Amino acid sequence: MGTMTAGGKTVEVDEEGYLVNINDWTRDIAVELAKSENVEMTDSHWEVIDFLREYYNEYQIAPAVRVLTKAIGKKLGPEKGNSKYLYELFPYGPAKQACKIGGLPKPTGCI
Amino acid sequence: MSDEEMMEGGVQKKFCYVNRTAPYGTVYALEALEVVLIGAAFEQDVSVVFMDDGVFQIVKGQDTAGIGMKNFSPTYRALEMYDVEKLYVSKESLEERGLSEDDLLVDVEVKTAAEIRDLMEEQDVLLTF
Amino acid sequence: MLHTVNKSPFQKNTFESCIKHAAKGSAVLLIEDGVYAALKDSTVSSKLQQAMGDITFYALEPDVNARGLKGKVMDGINLVDYAGFVDLTVKFDRVQSWL
Repeated sequence: MGTMTAGGKTVEVDEEGYLVNINDWTRDIAVELAKSENVEMTDSHWEVIDFLREYYNEYQIAPAVRVLTKAIGKKLGPEKGNSKYLYELFPYGPAKQACKIGGLPKPTGCI
Repeated sequence: MSDEEMMEGGVQKKFCYVNRTAPYGTVYALEALEVVLIGAAFEQDVSVVFMDDGVFQIVKGQDTAGIGMKNFSPTYRALEMYDVEKLYVSKESLEERGLSEDDLLVDVEVKTAAEIRDLMEEQDVLLTF
Repeated sequence: MLHTVNKSPFQKNTFESCIKHAAKGSAVLLIEDGVYAALKDSTVSSKLQQAMGDITFYALEPDVNARGLKGKVMDGINLVDYAGFVDLTVKFDRVQSWL
């Protein structure tokens, strides 16, 4: 267990770098988490992160990548609802990396 | 089965998850839900049955703020997106508890004990929680 | 005496055994999965109703709400919060926890 600081706020993270408390999340924290994943946040990244957080809010679960892809396709269009697009944004696994940056727990069924 | 079948993922079995336990009092309900979600990645033919106290898992209006536990009932509504679409509820179990289909937070098919018995007979794998 | 029951009456006979052995003037507090005994129109509710003359029934509200039973609790059962739980344990000289 460690901590990280962004925007003057220090929060707890687990050994893999995920936020311990989902309510600690801010946009500053997200940018910092993204840095630790070597991801530079663009509007396209934020779009996915915001989508994920809304999804979590509604279903209390971080979706598996297959489900995420399908759901994004439905909401944001087929050009974004495919794994190529999502892997370009989050090269080390869209579900895993985006969840981490979004302050969500590691997705269930993440292989 | 041949290697080829394995490679193509051609083997599909009928899996039935049987939920018989109320949420929160024990960990079975949450664990069962996680098994269903993880299992969904293997694209099998999945049915989920809620019977006995398991029907309490999908009762509407759960609010766990006062007990300091996560309310995982909204996650049942995500099952459809995991292609887990066959949800069955025991008619008798609902009636014994003074509940009706309107009290449930997901769309389900209500089945009698006899129908659930037949459903179970069709399965390749049954997992009860 | 104050009795507490934390098991579902549909799965275990704890609740039934408790009310069978609770003396007149005692109280039964339903907690955790025990709150399912408070449901109206269930196969258990008539047993609870019959016992109501001799026993005062309480249910822990946070457990009732967690399970989505708000509005489904039968009349005559008193809802208490955690502070009310403490008050009950103080009011009665002994507590019997049925597990």
